Amino acid sequence: MQKEYDVIIVGGGPAGLSAGIYTARARLRSLLLEKAAIGGQIINSMLVENYPGYIDGISGIDLTEAMHKQAEKFGLETLVTEVTGVRLDGGKKTVTTGQGDFTAGAIIVAGGTERQKLDVPGEAEFTGRGVSYCATCDGAFFRDKPVAVVGGGNAAITEALELTRFASKVTVIHRRHELRATKIVQENAFAEPKIDFLWDSSVEAVLGNKFVEKLRVKNLKTGKKTDLAVEGVFVNVGSQPSTGYLKGIVELDQNGAVIVNGDMETSVPGIYAAGDIRSRSIRQVVGAAGDGAVAAVSAGKYLGG
Amino acid sequence: MGKPVEIKESSFDEAVIKSKMPVLVDFWAPWCGPCRMVAPVVDELSTEYNGKVSFVKINVDDNPQVASQFGVMSIPTLILFKDGKPSSTIVGFRPKAELKKSLDAAL
Repeated sequence: MQKEYDVIIVGGGPAGLSAGIYTARARLRSLLLEKAAIGGQIINSMLVENYPGYIDGISGIDLTEAMHKQAEKFGLETLVTEVTGVRLDGGKKTVTTGQGDFTAGAIIVAGGTERQKLDVPGEAEFTGRGVSYCATCDGAFFRDKPVAVVGGGNAAITEALELTRFASKVTVIHRRHELRATKIVQENAFAEPKIDFLWDSSVEAVLGNKFVEKLRVKNLKTGKKTDLAVEGVFVNVGSQPSTGYLKGIVELDQNGAVIVNGDMETSVPGIYAAGDIRSRSIRQVVGAAGDGAVAAVSAGKYLGG
Repeated sequence: MGKPVEIKESSFDEAVIKSKMPVLVDFWAPWCGPCRMVAPVVDELSTEYNGKVSFVKINVDDNPQVASQFGVMSIPTLILFKDGKPSSTIVGFRPKAELKKSLDAAL
C-alpha cells in the first residue's frame, strides 16, 4: 500500500465516507482509516427514518454500505487499522497506525465517539449474557422477558421502543427526572404500555448467576437501593469523542470534542473534523454527511485545488 | 479455499460436535448490522485457517435452539469448538487482528 496521500480520513462512519466521496471525486488521493467496522455506530440502527431521500427509512448498514461503495467507485482507498497518533512536520501530517505510518497534506478526523459503559460491577462479566449494547442485534433473544434500558437520550428511548416488540416489559432507568430524547420519540415512549420509567435512578450493579437476573438500582434523590428483576439490560448512557490521539495536537472542548470553525477546520491548518467527533455536532447521520462534505471541500482548497 | 458453511440445527452435531478439527461457529442474523460487518472478516479467516479450523455460520433467527443451548444472547457471537466443546467465545464485532489473536491463543 502506498504511504503518501493528499488526504487521510480517520473514521469510516457517514462523516468519513461522505468526506471520502468528495475528496476522491475531486481526484485527491484519499485514504480512509477505520479501526473497526466501516459504517460506524449507525450500523446498529435498524431504521434511519430521517435521512433525506428515503421515504420509508433505510437501515444504517444499507445506508453506509452504499456510501462506502459510492466512495470506492471514485477511488477512495480504505484500510482497517487503528490510528494511534498524528505528527506535524511542517505542512505535512503523519498519521501513525497499527500498520505503519501514512503521510498526507490534509487530515479529516471523523472517528465519532465511543459508547460509554456503566462502569459498575457485573457489567463486563455479563456482557453477552444479558448485558447488551445493541437492541437491534439482541432484542429477539429477550422474547417475553423483562428488560431494562439505561439512559434517557434519543438512542436509549428508541431502543426501548424497539424492544417492546419482543420483551414482556421494558424499564427505562434514567438519572434525571426527564428525558433528553426528541419530543416525538418521548411521546411514543410515554404512550407505550410496556414501557415503565425509573426516574432519578442509576444502576449500581448487574447481578446474576450465569446470566443477568437483576439490577441493583439506586434512587439518587432518596439514596434508597432496590433490586429490579430483568433478564436483559441495554446500556445507552452516552458517548465520549474518540480524540485520545489528538490531545495536544488540536484544540478540544471541555467534553473532549474537536473545536472547529464553519469550514470544519481545527486549530491546526490542514486538519479538519467532521461528524460526532466535533464540538457542537448535532449527532445525526445527515449532519455527519454534511460535515464530511464541508471538511472535504475545505481540505481541497487548503491543498490548492 | 475455505469458506464458511451455512448450517442448520439439524446438522449441528455432524458439523460441529463430531468434527475432528476445531470449528469456529458464527452466530448471526440478517437484521444485525455488526453481524454483516463480521461476515467478510470471518470469510478471510476461513481462507487463512484453511485446513486448521473449519468455519460454519448459523442463523439464530431460523435456529434458535442451538443459540439458546450455548447461551448466545448477543450477536454476533463467535464460539470456537474444540473436541465438540465450546473453548472460547467472542461477543460483538472485533477487528480481524484481534480475532486472529484470540483464535491463535485458543488453538
